[in-house]
Amino acid sequence: MSDLIADQVDMTFTMPSGEQVHALKDVSFTLKQGELLSVLGPSGCGKTTLLNLIAGFLRPTGGQFTLNDMEINGPGVERGMVFQQGALFEWLTVAENVDFGLRMKKANKAESARKVEEWLEIVGLQGFGNTPTYQLSGGMQQRVALARCLINDPDLILMDEPLGALDALTREKMQSLVLKIWKETGKTIMIITHSVEEALLLGERLFVMAPRPGRLHKEYHLPFAEWGLNQDLRDVKKHDDFGTVREEILTMIWDMEEEIMGKTA
Amino acid sequence: MSEVFASPRGLIVGGLFIVLLIALIWAIVYGRKLARTEVTDLVFGNPQKALGGWHWVISGVSAILIFWLYFSWDAARAFFPNVANELCQVAKVESAVVPMRSAFPFESRLLRGTSLLSRDSTQIAQIRGRISNLDLEAEQVGSIEPLLDRLGALQVSLASPDSMAPETAAALDGIAARINELADQLDSGELSAEQVAAIATAREVDPGWGNTNKEIPIDPITERGARYAAVAAPLLEVSKEYTSIRNNSPAFLDEVAAIDADIKALIASTDSESVAQIGKDLTKVLKRIDDAVIFPPSALQPVEYALANLHEVHRDQQGSLRLIDAIALPGGRIVAGKTACTEQGSGRWLPKPSDTIRKFVGLADPTRGYKGHALLWYKQKTLAEMAGFFIPDWIADLVPGEYPRHNEAGEIGQNLKSKILNIATGNFASPSVPIPTGHIWDSMMRVLTGLFFGIVLGVPLGLFMGLSRFAKGFFDPLIELYRPVPPLAWAPLILTIFGIQDDGKIFLLFMVAFAIMVISARTGATGTQLSKIHASHSLGASRWQILRNVILPNSLPEILTGIRISIGVCWGTLVAAEMLAGTTGIGFVENVARKQNDYEIIWITIILLGLLGLLFDLVMRWVISRTIPWRGKG
Repeated sequence: MSDLIADQVDMTFTMPSGEQVHALKDVSFTLKQGELLSVLGPSGCGKTTLLNLIAGFLRPTGGQFTLNDMEINGPGVERGMVFQQGALFEWLTVAENVDFGLRMKKANKAESARKVEEWLEIVGLQGFGNTPTYQLSGGMQQRVALARCLINDPDLILMDEPLGALDALTREKMQSLVLKIWKETGKTIMIITHSVEEALLLGERLFVMAPRPGRLHKEYHLPFAEWGLNQDLRDVKKHDDFGTVREEILTMIWDMEEEIMGKTA
Repeated sequence: MSEVFASPRGLIVGGLFIVLLIALIWAIVYGRKLARTEVTDLVFGNPQKALGGWHWVISGVSAILIFWLYFSWDAARAFFPNVANELCQVAKVESAVVPMRSAFPFESRLLRGTSLLSRDSTQIAQIRGRISNLDLEAEQVGSIEPLLDRLGALQVSLASPDSMAPETAAALDGIAARINELADQLDSGELSAEQVAAIATAREVDPGWGNTNKEIPIDPITERGARYAAVAAPLLEVSKEYTSIRNNSPAFLDEVAAIDADIKALIASTDSESVAQIGKDLTKVLKRIDDAVIFPPSALQPVEYALANLHEVHRDQQGSLRLIDAIALPGGRIVAGKTACTEQGSGRWLPKPSDTIRKFVGLADPTRGYKGHALLWYKQKTLAEMAGFFIPDWIADLVPGEYPRHNEAGEIGQNLKSKILNIATGNFASPSVPIPTGHIWDSMMRVLTGLFFGIVLGVPLGLFMGLSRFAKGFFDPLIELYRPVPPLAWAPLILTIFGIQDDGKIFLLFMVAFAIMVISARTGATGTQLSKIHASHSLGASRWQILRNVILPNSLPEILTGIRISIGVCWGTLVAAEMLAGTTGIGFVENVARKQNDYEIIWITIILLGLLGLLFDLVMRWVISRTIPWRGKG
């Protein structure tokens, strides 16, 4: 079974001053294959730490993650990652960026070229293969980052605020693209976001996290991602249910933020 | 003005000078006209205003060339080819009368006698003051004071016409008369037939300024010059005579001898050290008065008048020459020596463009070159020679077996080992290929070799230091300790260890390039975004693949900038190192030229160094724009 299981994960950072920062406490969940999970929370609640742990860039101080019944121990190709700024290699062209993973595997060149064409078409970048990435707009760069991640055929796709730096229009188009890819490939996707709307739209499941120490505060199961597959995203946002949930979560996060501010003040 | 453009070189230089002047004026007029017609905004500091303006480039280049032609006196030589020779003759007269004129208040404030009198009186007064301060017995004071009085009286006697010997007065009058005579001769402008003939001969022997190896022909080649030359020699004689005249009458000499004896008696009679010291000081004053170059002012008047008169004639006779000297020969003057006249000031250290080009053509000729080495040429080298240079000999030693020994018949056989040795030492027949050679090539190869090793060793270490705390901590002190030392401070040590030939210089340049490359590669590696490393990890890249495909290309902008800086610094260091030691290279050429005061060659090397440095930088800029167009856009 290619489920992601978090089993009582604990993460404590020790600062050079000796101070201990409890970033994550007792996080447990199971993410089934093909699920779309979005994670939301106030800043400093450990969202990115959670993602880095799953990606294998960090090792938890307690508990463990398992994917495909294997403990996660370091970065791996089966967990693809899309970063906020794209993290593209600007010295390579679009096609070379997308091809990067296959090239590292020393895959067959003709086969790779065909796959690159295919993925560029899926993300809507056909004909841009030979363009240098620094000439692309932010939205197009994120499309390249998506294609670069997906061409490796990962079991789990981790997205770290992938649409955070885009303008509102591009953002909506990209949200549709993510939903489309989720539907067509049936991949498990985990998205971290700051935006409540985005979390609602791109979350079949939604975790709201609380800070100090970072922990899962509340879980939602939401219909909006399914709706978004067939409807215009703006229509989904207009729906009353959407508004209700959004207000509920906003109040929750607002309270948490206030609590933090009160603590520090 | 008939002499203008007398030679083809004069024609070219003079013509060029006029063309440049016209270009300069045109560009300024055009630029001003354009500025008036253009829409001007009122924004100060608008960078758009600095765009375009090629006509200002013309004016700038023209201004530099005009400046060069003018201050090197090349323009003066083109327009007035005879003027240097004439000024040389004038300078001869001037230097002949300098010893006489310096005794009179022409260029100085006081008559020489006046300043001597005041100085010696001051010293006598000082000694008098010291006596009263010293705790001396009345008897000693009684023997010193009269001596001081007598010294004062002796000196004053020189200023009195009454005590002057009649012969001395006659000699001074004679000098004045001869100066006046020579002034009249200069004024009359008459030349003997002999002198006129000498002009023609001089013209044939040395046709003019800068046409032969001698800078300025010393013998007069014009009539005006000949008139000055005609009085210069007798004036020198008069000068010598004047400086040998002494105002010493028999009575003066007797008194000097008497005072001298009394001072010696005083020193001999005393045990007191301070009295002996005063005796010595008195002797010093006496020795100066003994020179007897103080004359009564009235006796000197005729000589002073004669010199003033001569000076006036000397000025009048120069005529237009003085104007040309002031305008066309700026920044220096022509000076007469014993055997030659020379240019001094900017005419000397700023070589004339035409001479510089002639010298450069000579240098560039591969059959001549400089010190037996062409500037930049090629020579045929066999492939075997190159193989012998690049393949180390010990490769043959590694081959199993023994080298062949000679047999009883004295023959030496060959085996695999000896055949490989032949290849390693370049001992085989092969075709030859042309290889560049020359001072310029040698300098360039030293820089490029040093740079090559600096890059090959510095970049990996720099990347390592950028990624590893151990490497950074371990190697940083080493590099930071030697890097700030000016490269030339290392030179004496390095040249001693590695030798003054290529090895030492290349190692020195390697040291320079290495530190810069380490630091730039380190900066590049440190600047890699963590998200890019994370991304490549997630895409399945191994450590080596990340280093090769992410960290290295990401550091490329810093590395290339480092190379560009290294080339510049190496180039500067190399020339200085070549000046210290060696037998080839541009720095060597400049050093030899410096020792020989060959200003043309010095300037040629300066210009060559500038152009080659610019060439290196342009190549690097081109490489940078081609290889890292993404720079600053990631």
